[in-house]
Amino acid sequence: MIARLKDAGLAGLAAFGLSLPMLGLETIDAGNGKLGLATHFDRVAITVAMVFLGRLFLSRVRLPKLPAKFQVTRLPAVHIPWAPFFIVLALILPVLPFASRYVVDLATTVLIYVMLGSGLNVVVGLAGLLDLGYVAFYAVGAYSFALLAKYLHFTFWEALPLAGLFAGSFGLLLGFPVLRLRGDYLAIVTLGFGEIIRIILINLPPVTGGPNGIDVPRPSFFGLAMERSVPKGMTSFAHFFNIGFDPMQRVWFLYYIVLALLLAAILLIQRLRRLPVGRAWEALREDEIASRALGIDPTKTKLSAFAIGAMLAGFAGCFFATRQGFISPESFTFMESATILAIVVLGGMGSQLGVVLASLVLVGLPEVGRQFAEFRMILFGMAMIAIMVWRPKGLLSHRQPTIKLSTIKLPKPGAGV
Amino acid sequence: MAYFLQQTINGLTLGAIYGLIAIGYTMVYGIIGMINFAHGDIYMIGAFISVIVFLVLGAAGVTYVPAAILVMLLASMCLTALYGWAVERIAYRPLRRSPRLAPLISAIGMSILLQNSVQLLQGARDKAIPPLIQGGIVLMEQDGFTVTLSWLQILIIGMTVALMAGFSWVIAATPLGRAQRACEQDRVMASLLGIDVDRTISWTFMIGAALAAVAGLMVTLYWGVADFFMGFLAGVKAFTAAVLGGVGSLPGAMLGGMLIGLIEALYSGYFSVEYKDVSVFAVLILVLIFRPTGLLGRPEVEKV
Amino acid sequence: MSAAPLLEVQNLSMRFGGLVAIDDLSFTANRAEITSIIGPNGAGKTTLFNCLTGFYRPSSGRLILHDDAGSHDLERMRGYRIAREAGVARTFQNIRLFPGMTVLENLVVAQHARLMRASVWSIAGILGLASYRRAEDAAAELAGDWLRRIGLLDRADALAGSLPYGAQRRLEIARAMCTEPRLLCLDEPAAGLNPRESAELKEFIRAIRERHAIGILLVEHDMSVVMAISDRVVVLDYGAKIADGPPAAVRADPRVIRAYLGEE
Repeated sequence: MIARLKDAGLAGLAAFGLSLPMLGLETIDAGNGKLGLATHFDRVAITVAMVFLGRLFLSRVRLPKLPAKFQVTRLPAVHIPWAPFFIVLALILPVLPFASRYVVDLATTVLIYVMLGSGLNVVVGLAGLLDLGYVAFYAVGAYSFALLAKYLHFTFWEALPLAGLFAGSFGLLLGFPVLRLRGDYLAIVTLGFGEIIRIILINLPPVTGGPNGIDVPRPSFFGLAMERSVPKGMTSFAHFFNIGFDPMQRVWFLYYIVLALLLAAILLIQRLRRLPVGRAWEALREDEIASRALGIDPTKTKLSAFAIGAMLAGFAGCFFATRQGFISPESFTFMESATILAIVVLGGMGSQLGVVLASLVLVGLPEVGRQFAEFRMILFGMAMIAIMVWRPKGLLSHRQPTIKLSTIKLPKPGAGV
Repeated sequence: MAYFLQQTINGLTLGAIYGLIAIGYTMVYGIIGMINFAHGDIYMIGAFISVIVFLVLGAAGVTYVPAAILVMLLASMCLTALYGWAVERIAYRPLRRSPRLAPLISAIGMSILLQNSVQLLQGARDKAIPPLIQGGIVLMEQDGFTVTLSWLQILIIGMTVALMAGFSWVIAATPLGRAQRACEQDRVMASLLGIDVDRTISWTFMIGAALAAVAGLMVTLYWGVADFFMGFLAGVKAFTAAVLGGVGSLPGAMLGGMLIGLIEALYSGYFSVEYKDVSVFAVLILVLIFRPTGLLGRPEVEKV
Repeated sequence: MSAAPLLEVQNLSMRFGGLVAIDDLSFTANRAEITSIIGPNGAGKTTLFNCLTGFYRPSSGRLILHDDAGSHDLERMRGYRIAREAGVARTFQNIRLFPGMTVLENLVVAQHARLMRASVWSIAGILGLASYRRAEDAAAELAGDWLRRIGLLDRADALAGSLPYGAQRRLEIARAMCTEPRLLCLDEPAAGLNPRESAELKEFIRAIRERHAIGILLVEHDMSVVMAISDRVVVLDYGAKIADGPPAAVRADPRVIRAYLGEE
């Protein structure tokens, strides 16, 4: 008992030391550019009390183990058809009764993040490479489109494949020198690269518009513009189909574009997982030394994961640009990379379903609960630490094997062992 | 020539600061084999605590500058060391036996947590304090350009040299230093010999944090401003310094710091200020490609 | 059986700073033979394996692997190429399976090189071309065959990390065999096995030699296994070879006895 009190007391003391300067004293504007100090000793007292009591009593409580179906060792007996459920839901979302413009808009944003998360999932979740500068490829995709549109008058559909190509090539270019580095080094280098891209974008105003950004054209539906009024020589969608113009048309259009892109991306990823290259990604993540001993080229394998992830980010960036109609370097900060990483980490590395759920929670929820927005990044940080300490494989650690015994034709038993 | 000299002095000052932060990276890497991602934000916290202590002293009516700086220094070192301890306990210790990726992500989470907490608690705007140490000596004049070596610069470089020397002595001659070196070489064996590995690692984090706090204080005095995002870039550059000097090597961290400071100052002085960060980053890439063990580091043999 | 040896180790030396791990070692290994490498702890056995499989670059000497087409200089080849091109496969002292992947997947991953070629940079794979599907079926068949031989057919979809120790060992060997190697290097496969499992292992390795006629290099401490199945035994002590011959001769060699038991 005494020992526990002492332990809790020390914890309380530590909490006091930590919270007094940062929590208890706040630097505020005192006018004339000078700084003043505001005291919040009540916050300090509460924090110390919570830590002390928590330490004292919670050590008695064992955290309940998650039920067996979340453990990695067994595949679930019941196969819940998540994929068809979500796909159908996503397809019919805009016609559902509660689907206002706000909801469809939000869903579009969530889908962009699902796509980004899926791409990063290939790099971090499947191949086990910690990329902290993923936002760089996102930016390359967006700015490729913006520049192609500005200088060569490309439309969205013309620029889309090129955006992916450029981003993928960037991935190869960046990956080539750095992918043989150890995990930590790779992380810092990619982090730096993300920042460098942003610095370059800000500092080339004549080309990239600098901090003011560039305008970007909207996508057209087979040549029909989704606008109320169009320049000469073009027809508007509403005019062509003889219906009144409604901004919802463009909202729906954008939603279905990103949904189509996302479904294509997921299809590609699932296909690749079942190919030798995809298995090599996962083998490399599990044990690089054993992979090399089986003849897997670690550099080429890592490069392929990196490039594919980059390409998907490029597509996402191109769409992001056209959806906003405008892009600026502000959208491509480390916080973005961190958010996408949080989606992958919290959703369960390698799990496609996890990425979907995590995007819904991490992107959808803060939008819905505006008061959470301020705390969003703080919660991300805490959640990442908590997940790594308790469930390092993410919240949904179930992995679908890429080949099952039932699907293969067995040879007849021969002579031998 | 005069301009070059001034840039060199500025660069060395900057380099001293990077070196102090780099020592934290290199020591933690030496003992647990991982990069402390949150270290840059520890430096930021050190700077903030300095500002806050300064305000407290001001409110308490303390105006004698040397005393104030001393108090800021000690308070900042102690409190930031506490933060360093907390980071290790929360984000690293539980994951010591986990696969590589887990502690990295945990540290990134910690970094995000620290940055955004400070942003929320202290506000997103820059925090400025009036210049406390002014003036210096004029070294030379040439073509109307004056080369000055300010007292603050002397303080920074002097402080850094003193800390380096003191710290090297600690590593070489004290029981803690010996325990540290033992843990660096073979953690299991060290614990079997009775060394408290947990405590040694905690001390390593705390000392690294304290040094980063000194750097934070110096930066606040030098540029008069602190903001919640400063740890990010400084962290990457200090890490570059540690890698350049050879991760795991203490003199390497200082050497790397000096070189990075010089490179940054000279690049921004002679080429462009906007891209000075890019120049440092380019150094990182080049070092990692061509000489990953750095200038003074030891090559690592892969254990199969 | 071809007269030329499968593997020629010529004057191999491996130094780590001042430490000499392998000292001017030369020996040969033949096809369809089990060559065991034994010696007291620290004699350099695993170091030898690491040199053979590209994890260490030898300080000097040559490692030549002969195949029907010619020969490969292993000391100059990069790690993964040795497995892919020269056909040298290995198992590890501390089992290195892919624990998060299933038993079946572990065996299929081993056939990576062949499948990659068939998928033509994944394009044939993505398009689902028949040529790729045939290759995949063949790979699955081979995996299934090995599953049956190691008795894990019913655990094919279980995670490799969930298997008991003995089963993991067998799986690791089967996985190495799925690369269809010319030389199989087994690093202490009997470690941690009880006598019954050891006996099964002996039969397993013998059967591999009979059925596949490849060369097998075996590092082992368990003398019952070594003496029972080896065709040749090479004895190392402090990195140098002190004996080389059939098991019976080596067992009686006074130098070997001295190395293991010390001076009288």
